[in-house]
Amino acid sequence: MQRKISSPFRKGALTLLAVAIAFAIAQAARAQDLKSFEQRTTTKVLPNGLTLIICERPEAPVFSYSTFVDAGDVNDPSGESGLAHMFEHLAFKGTSEIGTTDYAAEKIALAKVEAANDAYEAEFLKTVGRDPQKLAELKQKFKDAQDEAHRFVIPNQFTDVAERNGAEGLNAETGLDDTMFFWSMPENRLELWAWLESSRLADTVPREFYKERDVVIEERRMRTDSNPEGRLFEQFVATAYVAHNYGRSGIGWPSEVSQINATEAMEFHKKYYVGSNIVVAVVGDVKASEAMPVLEKYFSRVPAGPKPEEMTTVEPKQFAEKTVAIGEATQPIYLEGYHRPSYRDPDDAVYDAISDIMSNGRVSRLYRSLVRDQQIAAESGGFSPYPGDKYPSLFVFFGVPLPGHTPAEMRDAIHKEIEKLKTADVSDAELQMYKTRTRADLLRGLADNQGLANDLAEYQTRYGDWRELFLQLERVDKVTKADIRRVANQVFVTSNRTEAWIETEAPATTAGKDGGAQ
Amino acid sequence: MKSLAMKQMEKNPRSQKCDPSTSSGQALGHPNYFAIFLVMTVCAAGFTSTSLPAQQNKPWEKIPIPRLHEFKPHQPTRIELKNGIVLFLQEDHELPFVTGSVLIPGGSREEDPAKAGFISLYGQAWRTSGTAKLDGDALDDLLEAKAAHIETSGDEDSTSMEWDSLTGDADQVFSLALELLLHPKFRAEKLELAQQHDATVIVRRNDDEEEIAGRESAKLVYGVSSPYTRQPELATIGAVTVDDLEAWHDRTIGGKLIVGVCGDFDPVAMEAKLRAAFEGLPPVKAAPARHDLFAGPKPGAYFIDKEDVNQSNVEIVGLGTDRHNPDVPALAVMNEILGGGFASRLFQKVRTELGLAYAVGGGMSFAYDHPAEFRVGVLTKSASTVDATRAALAEINGLTTRPFTQVEVDRAKDNILNSFLFRYDTREKVLNERELLEFYGYPADYLESYKAALEKVTLADVTAVAKKYIHSEKLAVLVVGNGPEIKPSLEELKLGPVQPIDITIPRPGTPPGEQGPAEKRP
Repeated sequence: MQRKISSPFRKGALTLLAVAIAFAIAQAARAQDLKSFEQRTTTKVLPNGLTLIICERPEAPVFSYSTFVDAGDVNDPSGESGLAHMFEHLAFKGTSEIGTTDYAAEKIALAKVEAANDAYEAEFLKTVGRDPQKLAELKQKFKDAQDEAHRFVIPNQFTDVAERNGAEGLNAETGLDDTMFFWSMPENRLELWAWLESSRLADTVPREFYKERDVVIEERRMRTDSNPEGRLFEQFVATAYVAHNYGRSGIGWPSEVSQINATEAMEFHKKYYVGSNIVVAVVGDVKASEAMPVLEKYFSRVPAGPKPEEMTTVEPKQFAEKTVAIGEATQPIYLEGYHRPSYRDPDDAVYDAISDIMSNGRVSRLYRSLVRDQQIAAESGGFSPYPGDKYPSLFVFFGVPLPGHTPAEMRDAIHKEIEKLKTADVSDAELQMYKTRTRADLLRGLADNQGLANDLAEYQTRYGDWRELFLQLERVDKVTKADIRRVANQVFVTSNRTEAWIETEAPATTAGKDGGAQ
Repeated sequence: MKSLAMKQMEKNPRSQKCDPSTSSGQALGHPNYFAIFLVMTVCAAGFTSTSLPAQQNKPWEKIPIPRLHEFKPHQPTRIELKNGIVLFLQEDHELPFVTGSVLIPGGSREEDPAKAGFISLYGQAWRTSGTAKLDGDALDDLLEAKAAHIETSGDEDSTSMEWDSLTGDADQVFSLALELLLHPKFRAEKLELAQQHDATVIVRRNDDEEEIAGRESAKLVYGVSSPYTRQPELATIGAVTVDDLEAWHDRTIGGKLIVGVCGDFDPVAMEAKLRAAFEGLPPVKAAPARHDLFAGPKPGAYFIDKEDVNQSNVEIVGLGTDRHNPDVPALAVMNEILGGGFASRLFQKVRTELGLAYAVGGGMSFAYDHPAEFRVGVLTKSASTVDATRAALAEINGLTTRPFTQVEVDRAKDNILNSFLFRYDTREKVLNERELLEFYGYPADYLESYKAALEKVTLADVTAVAKKYIHSEKLAVLVVGNGPEIKPSLEELKLGPVQPIDITIPRPGTPPGEQGPAEKRP
């Protein structure tokens, strides 16, 4: 139940796998080309709008699946940051059939929990005339109501059944753009899995919601509040964006995530967990002819519903450079980001080429300049898109200074390398290296059931056709030196930049960071 | 969150198909100074169903579970050369790649304590220096143009070289790897780069509380001057010279090498090529036996103050065991009950029931040739540090005081056995396992006999090993957190006076702190 958002350095799988397969067509006509995948891959759209993909890969008697929901924390309503992630946690709590001794009675008890929470919250949020005694009473009633509902709970039964049946790598990730649920299992548990997975999508019960909310707040403390990098990245994106939800804390601002209630989570579910917004991909030792009817039977239970409307907010053009300097007791780090378009932009592959040439390995320009030759950094690189890929995002560069060197030195040295991109073409060798490495690195990923399931589901969602994995590869091949120069000149300009760094300060007197500004 | 360093590792993937590693230790050849310690998705179980009315309807139990498709893991071919070098060949033609590795006995536990951190420098500088014919930078250019890799690294008990390439480049890349293996030319400027890199690691080692907690709790278990936990300092890495790198290489390359290749090759041609490369080397020299002492921690409560956090990292640690121990199967079942999954006692109690942690879990670890650690970790907000620690300690104690139930034992065995398949569901995993067993001198069918032993574990066995190995009075409790925010204070744990640990990083010119044997050097 990790948050994808908290791994800012994770490269979106989106562009990379595509590249791999494209080259596979050209160079390695084995198990990896489009034709072979078309023979082994079956797709079906159910009447409720849900898309099923089965890819046969019978290397060992196991399968992996990925449920890809086209909703993430970017979709959290205003004042409810962290809601999509909170719901993801709820999806492990069972259904009306699993995790309960008596759902009819539990349902009534859960309604009382909501009412008690509403009453408590109403008093808690009063800015004028809050009565401490009444608040304490309401808090006690809220706790009593939870205890009452808890009487019907069989804790963690959903995951228990999965694990007892051999589930491996059971987890989920909520990003800003999407939510993924996944695990692997022995192939003879396919039907059991289909029952479990479709049940939790269709029949989520807001069980133990408020304790799970505490767990999520601990997750925030671990990833953000108590981690200097986490704090830096949260401030960095919050500064870079003025309008779009990409600038908002994905795991949730403390004051908001601590107030999310189960009713809000279930409303999110009702709107976004509809068939038309979900793709389920299965890869491994399964026969589509036998498995598809089974999957169809179970996943038809997911409610139909209109595809949720797209967001209207578009981040306005940045017109002045912005900076964030954070004083910390820890060692310095430097970051800078430039707004770039979404993955749908025709130049998407050009951005990948730039990050590869600038930062992939010991041959990269930033390594050779900052690490090897100038000897001012332990590491330096660039990556995009961040913090998401569905909407216009950022291209980020970073530098980790050696002892005695400063963020300002990182900035100046990175700017010099960017300037070279803008004023001179990259070499033929560099461009070719990008294309060759991208192909090979991603071909390697094709022998992994879980990785493949994730990618098939993601491409099906993002392009409406998993074949785009192969088809969009042409774009990678077409990247030219002139493209790189053009894009660098368009995007890497001062007025489009946000700089953020950690400066080492002596430890200050402690102020509680728990609640943020209160 | 993934660190800068980890991103760098992703950007520079090494052999993904076949990636033999000697242990779960970090790959020191790669930048890894923000190593993440606790698994985020830890799971443990608690369980309370005795007071619940029986569940009437369990629809999942009516779903048929057919027989699993027939499956025999594909074993690699093992060839032992006359000089003692062992070759493993594992064909896998699904993708057009060939990967290889050489595992070399001898690692950081054998390094000079006055030069702690040597093996990391060696692992980096070996590859970045290159050979007399082709320096490391030229090697980078040549390989990266082919999307191929050759990397070297150092670990606790071994060093290794790994390579990978597309099938078409496999012969050339193998020749380059062999040249680097047998004829490296260590260069001062590359050693210096590695020293700068590792100096950065050292000065940043107190930035992240999880890293502090993992490192310092291991030192409590093994001791600050133990070969397993002694800590590199600016002075010790600064003491390493090119001569040291050469001397280490010359000594260890004569050990029992284990060579593994995996992927898209012709087995006859590959065997001939490997024989030609390795058969002419002198007979291998056996590594001297080690005689380490493992006393375990001094029990009590320890504290490290970190002002810039709002969450405590709690580590409850003691001595674990090694895989030669016949109690390991029963201990594995006990681990699963304590901290192995969503249904485990720790997870159910501390996370699900109390809502005190996102990350909680742990158990007794097993190393191949020395005792690993017993470790239970909890991350909880400052104010609930004592509550969460008590809750975790209660679950540890409960292993001997709260009788196991047949339901718990069955569940734990199901969890382990039904996912056992994932230990060998790829040819790469099978190869890696065989190399490990060879390295540590275990029989080739170890996994099969381990599985058979797991199947036989009974409730009585689990009860017996818990009584034998769980002694909470021998455990150390380390808390890394924000002192002023921790209320009630750690004294409330009633584990005696709380002992502060000083983690100040010694700067050159100041005498190293608690260096133990390192101090024998002027």
